[in-house]
Amino acid sequence: MLFRYLVILLILLPLKAFALIEVDITRGNLNPLPVAVSPLSIDEKSKSNFKKILKKNDLGSEISAVVENNLKQSGLFNPLNKNAFLQKPDIANLKPRFEDWNLIKAQALITGKVTFIDEKLRVEFRLWDVLAGKEMMALAFTTVPSNWRRVGHIITDKVYERLTGEDGYFDTRIIYVSEEGPKTNRIKKLAIMDQDGFNNKYLTLGNELVLTPRFSPTNQMVTYLSYFRNLPRVYLLDIETGMQEVVGDFPGMTFAPRFSPDGKKIIMSFAKDGNSDIYTMDLENRIVERITNHPSIDTSPSYSPDGKYITFNSDRSKYQQIYVMKSNGKDVRRISFGNGLYGTPVWSPRGDLIAFTKLYKGKFYIGVMRTDGTGERLLTENFYQEAPSWSPNGRVLIFYREAKTNSKGEGFSAKLWSIDLTGYNERMVETETDASDPSWSSLLTN
Amino acid sequence: MNRNIVISFGLHTLLVIITAVSLPFIAKKPIDLPPIVSVELIQITDKTNIPFAPKAKKIIEKVKKKEKEKKIVSEQAPPKMAKKEKQDAIPLPDEKIEKIKEIKEEKQNPEKVETEVKQVSEFEKKDLFDPNSIAALIDKSADETALVSEKTDKITQDQDKSIDFGGLSLSEEDALKAQIFGCWSIPLGLPYNENLLVRIKLQLKPDGSIIRSEILDHARMNKPGQGFYKVLAESALRAIKLCQPLRVPGTGYERWKDLQLNFDAREMLEG
Repeated sequence: MLFRYLVILLILLPLKAFALIEVDITRGNLNPLPVAVSPLSIDEKSKSNFKKILKKNDLGSEISAVVENNLKQSGLFNPLNKNAFLQKPDIANLKPRFEDWNLIKAQALITGKVTFIDEKLRVEFRLWDVLAGKEMMALAFTTVPSNWRRVGHIITDKVYERLTGEDGYFDTRIIYVSEEGPKTNRIKKLAIMDQDGFNNKYLTLGNELVLTPRFSPTNQMVTYLSYFRNLPRVYLLDIETGMQEVVGDFPGMTFAPRFSPDGKKIIMSFAKDGNSDIYTMDLENRIVERITNHPSIDTSPSYSPDGKYITFNSDRSKYQQIYVMKSNGKDVRRISFGNGLYGTPVWSPRGDLIAFTKLYKGKFYIGVMRTDGTGERLLTENFYQEAPSWSPNGRVLIFYREAKTNSKGEGFSAKLWSIDLTGYNERMVETETDASDPSWSSLLTN
Repeated sequence: MNRNIVISFGLHTLLVIITAVSLPFIAKKPIDLPPIVSVELIQITDKTNIPFAPKAKKIIEKVKKKEKEKKIVSEQAPPKMAKKEKQDAIPLPDEKIEKIKEIKEEKQNPEKVETEVKQVSEFEKKDLFDPNSIAALIDKSADETALVSEKTDKITQDQDKSIDFGGLSLSEEDALKAQIFGCWSIPLGLPYNENLLVRIKLQLKPDGSIIRSEILDHARMNKPGQGFYKVLAESALRAIKLCQPLRVPGTGYERWKDLQLNFDAREMLEG
């Protein structure tokens, strides 16, 4: 008997002594990841060809500058100073000396090569994990030379996706209302630009007042509101072909048409018999359907990405608040209960959050909350700002902000700003003129 | 005299033969890089020049013509030169569209999956068969004998604890955690409603540097919809590599030479 106990004891003892120690790591840092963006190498022949066509001395450096700028603007990456790089771009692209890149604290490295082949631009790039000493990704793009900025954006998207685990948002465009002239006589034009502010183009002449352009989530269609002979009209504009059509004239006040997630309907609010409610219009058969029917003012509708729900703002509880309902108008429930007025709710493309504008004690805030109204976070505060629009990956919001131009509060300027969900990475988006009502497109390459 | 010349000649010939035979083995193998995926982009800048009413028709027709010519165009280029030539050749528009269709049907998705799988397996392989581990194992045997002799000499307070609790003391664990917290850059794009736990088993040297690291749930990387797990696992591995040598206790090597780190990003991302 004693012998048996001894055997059991001998078996158990080593188990305890050699039990694997486990340590839980539940925190990390959210500092931007140090990335080295090596200039893309380019041979002399290609260099001179691109110089003739694009008037760019070194296209490799120009493309890497686009990538570097995008990564920096995202706030999630810290592109390292190129002066510290020890390895030449052409050799680095072939086989990086990881010790050199480790020395300057780079955790990821981007290298590449630009060539001119058959009148086309070919860009290959590689993403390296410096600490693991291995290649993470290699891609090549062939396109017409004039698309060189887009190649930079697509490379950034791929790098962003590989390192953060979510889709990028760099190969996208932003449509907005360009504003010029005094406040009493503003000329408003539709304008479009790349998300980094380059390639700005005007889409209308400014003869008519244009408002609230919104991109379709599925393609390069835009819907917007324009006043023709003082009557509000909802237009559809195909950015790729330039085809434009009138969806309909709507009497009374009409607000903010927006696409459904499948792009087949538009949802908007307009006043009928003096009462503002929410309506949808099927773009194929032009049938208008009433979604809300309430004596209060219901405006700013926005679909959830699965199309099952709609968020909107209404003053049915005396003050303007945010509501969510099923897409058929049933099960209306209020989700905002904080102090102040809530407006312009927009459902995130990821489906998890609703962005909004809040007016409280004379100040405007842009914030987000969960779709059940919990977890309200105010990201930015200012004198006047509104109309948030989501980046296609649901990480960044773009909105416009009006600022007083002198201390007496006279005059004003309107500019586009972006802020990410952390609330720390707030930036002004450069535009040629004053700008308002921005809307972010989906990714151009899917 | 002649004999010496013959011997010298013979030895020199032998030397040349040995050099010729052995040198190719000494030479480094060429760098084996994974294939580059090639994507052709359509020209969209022309399309964005939105025409105004009077010019509209002409420009739209132009754009449509161009669209036909430059229709899409995303293909995955195999690494071989012969196939690249094929891709760069400009066939007639109709032929081109047909060819692209063929390529799309046959190659695009399956090949991508293949490369992904390949990458993953390489990743695992690297972790499991780290060349450093051979040297480290040799080192380890020496270290272990040294430790055994140390143990027989005297039992320190730390070693005493290990006998009682079998783990790290609170202060030891805190020191290690604090070090890794600083090294781990959490990828911000992770879906916070998913399981964000990565378990990594480490084999350590007495100085805290890593002999071997192994992701315990590596099979999860290949599962559909779990792409984020690879990003998360890589970030954890980066953190370990960045932090090494880890802040381990000065004594009791046997206790912690095998260590498991459980990286869980959920708490941070949920805020």
